[in-house]
Amino acid sequence: MNKITEMEFFSENVAKIVLEAPDIARSRKAGHFVIIRLDEKGERIPLTIADGDPEKGTITLVVQKVGVTSAKLLAKKAGEEILDVVGPLGHATHIENFGTVLCAGGGVGVAPMLPIIKALKEAGNKVISVLAGRSKELIILEDEVRKHSDEVVIMTDDGSYGKKGLVTAGMEEVIQREKINKAFVIGPAIMMKFGSLTTKKYNIPTDVSLNTIMVDGTGMCGACRVSIGGKTKFVCVDGPEFDAFQVNWDEMMMRMGAYKTQEHEAYEKYLKTIETVA
Amino acid sequence: MENIAEYIKEGRPEAWRAELRKSMKAKERTSLERVKMPEQDPNVRNKNIIEVNLGVSEQMAVAEAHRCLDCPEPTCTIGCPVGIDIPKFIKKIESKDFLGAAATIKETNALPAVCGRVCPQEKQCELSCFYTQKLKKPPIAIGHLERFAADYERNSGKMNIPDVAEPNGIKVAVVGSGPSGLAAAGDLAKFGYDVTVFEALHEIGGVLKYGIPEFRLPNDIVDVEIENMRKMGVKFRTDFIVGKTASFEDLRTQGYQAFFVGSGAGLPRFMNIPGENYNGIFSSNEYLTRMNLMKAANDDYDTPILSGKNVAVIGGGNTAMDSVRTAKRMGAERAMIVYRRSREEMPARLEEVHHALEEGIEFMNLHNPVEYFADENGRVNKMRVQKMRLGEPDASGRRRPIPIEGSEFDIDVDMVVVAVGVSPNPIVPSSLKNLKMTDWGTIVVDKETMQSSIPDIFAGGDIVRGGATVILAMGDGRKAAAGIHKYIQEKVKAG
Repeated sequence: MNKITEMEFFSENVAKIVLEAPDIARSRKAGHFVIIRLDEKGERIPLTIADGDPEKGTITLVVQKVGVTSAKLLAKKAGEEILDVVGPLGHATHIENFGTVLCAGGGVGVAPMLPIIKALKEAGNKVISVLAGRSKELIILEDEVRKHSDEVVIMTDDGSYGKKGLVTAGMEEVIQREKINKAFVIGPAIMMKFGSLTTKKYNIPTDVSLNTIMVDGTGMCGACRVSIGGKTKFVCVDGPEFDAFQVNWDEMMMRMGAYKTQEHEAYEKYLKTIETVA
Repeated sequence: MENIAEYIKEGRPEAWRAELRKSMKAKERTSLERVKMPEQDPNVRNKNIIEVNLGVSEQMAVAEAHRCLDCPEPTCTIGCPVGIDIPKFIKKIESKDFLGAAATIKETNALPAVCGRVCPQEKQCELSCFYTQKLKKPPIAIGHLERFAADYERNSGKMNIPDVAEPNGIKVAVVGSGPSGLAAAGDLAKFGYDVTVFEALHEIGGVLKYGIPEFRLPNDIVDVEIENMRKMGVKFRTDFIVGKTASFEDLRTQGYQAFFVGSGAGLPRFMNIPGENYNGIFSSNEYLTRMNLMKAANDDYDTPILSGKNVAVIGGGNTAMDSVRTAKRMGAERAMIVYRRSREEMPARLEEVHHALEEGIEFMNLHNPVEYFADENGRVNKMRVQKMRLGEPDASGRRRPIPIEGSEFDIDVDMVVVAVGVSPNPIVPSSLKNLKMTDWGTIVVDKETMQSSIPDIFAGGDIVRGGATVILAMGDGRKAAAGIHKYIQEKVKAG
């Protein structure tokens, strides 16, 4: 059992959740993720750790409502519990002093990017962060990112905040005026695909963090498999971070849609049950 | 463990057994027919997940026990990886002391109800039974009797908790709660250690829970055995990955004096053929985990699962049988095994193959998939298979399958389960830099003590063997427990 100590909504469908997980808080590093299961009948889903406090014994997750489990999670309140939280899983981010690093985060992808930004800054890098979202309310964690970045560029699709345009436009703008030694791109699969196509044009080594479907998260099931450089890899034990240029994005996106019908039906059913309860 | 032979010889001269032996002539005993396990009707059971084998009745068990000759040199016991005193427990059944029979089994086997169901007795105790070896008759149904004794005890509500030594306060960690970990934990508790079992998943039991389906091994039965271990003082910690959640070093700091690593072969193998990552293609681990551990077929549970009309399961082992029979129960019209060798080479238990055939499973032996095709959504819809023939025996002693060029043809499939084996799970080994490993990713251990290259770390089960049976894993767990006991005693003596 892991108690939720804090719940803060960034927007209607995105919230920051702080929960008790003392062992994980102690052992986690940038790039790690956890698997959670809400209750006895819940599914296991992976969530990247956005922050942790070893003193308080808590970790922070940022969750966007996309289906039944995330909706149920966001319906929880501080003081309530999550049945299972296991981790930290995956390999930690490879951090070194690269020089100048471009960190592009899209939507809730900014959350897993935050610990990477912190670690890069601590390692002596010049960090330029590009935060992107559809509109102003979907730009999250701006203050925290600013605290650890040398510069922050904000992009919104509708121009309601920062500059109007896609994440790739913001990235290009930075790349054209600065010598970038390394890039990290984290966000929805489609954003990572086009973000890494952008850095590829300029031959900037780029890492991405993949968020595939998982069950156990420990290498046991292979649900998370992706093709990296033509070879099958497991995101949970071989990743979650990979060389962006080796990822077969189309296959990954196809695999992420494996349960689309079931997920949709389950969500409709869930909405009906909460309506009845209300 | 070295004293198994003595342990087993010890009880034979006892008066009650001598008398029992005299009560019926050997000739009479050998003329009795072997008991037949009652089963659910194949056409009923292939639509439910209730156990296939229904268990033998008291009468049947007692009659079967009469067949056993209580041999002076019980060869059956040599075939048992955990050293059960087989004649003793069978004679207890003959004398209708069913609880005594269960207690006898539990002296050396932490999970009798499990082993009575999933052990390949036909390759172990029953293979070395005097009936098989000398009389050329069907062996004593040792497995059925083991199951009977365990079930009787459980249903009686008088579960016997094995005696444990006075607690010595020394902490030992067991990594992984599968068969090897549970066996090790059981013995360590008996020696008096303060045992904590760490499990990565949210449930205790490892492969017994996520892998073996309900119709072969009900979860309730596993839970009862785990509950017994709790009563013996074993502690369990779920959602804890040693090497990740805390390091071995962290646990040493917390006072753990030794470790048993039974983290299993949880890394599925794929064939690396074109199209293998299409949707609808699962590893057997994923398919069975969704179905067994996550209960995906139950609408009340959130985990999704795909269902298929035409399901192909690739492989010929027990896991392949479990997968294909699960798919049939999920409503597959065609559920087929695609296996590259012939029936004779199949590693699955004969009983499982036989059950699968009865349930309407198709067998495409001497066929191997070479490519998969998908619809516009990426869902698999076709499988190209190649015919095979058998050549000379390979390193495993089985005849090597050789592809027949130009024999390829396509089969419609909408779901595929790949059950071609597993590799050792890399998480624990990769967290220990100095641990000696084989090229196959298994942990190198001393065969007698199961000690690894790091003195306080012992290992067993699939992380050492690479992929074996429940009972071999349990045998390893017991050996390792003895090894750990010796190691700690010596350390204590040395001060």
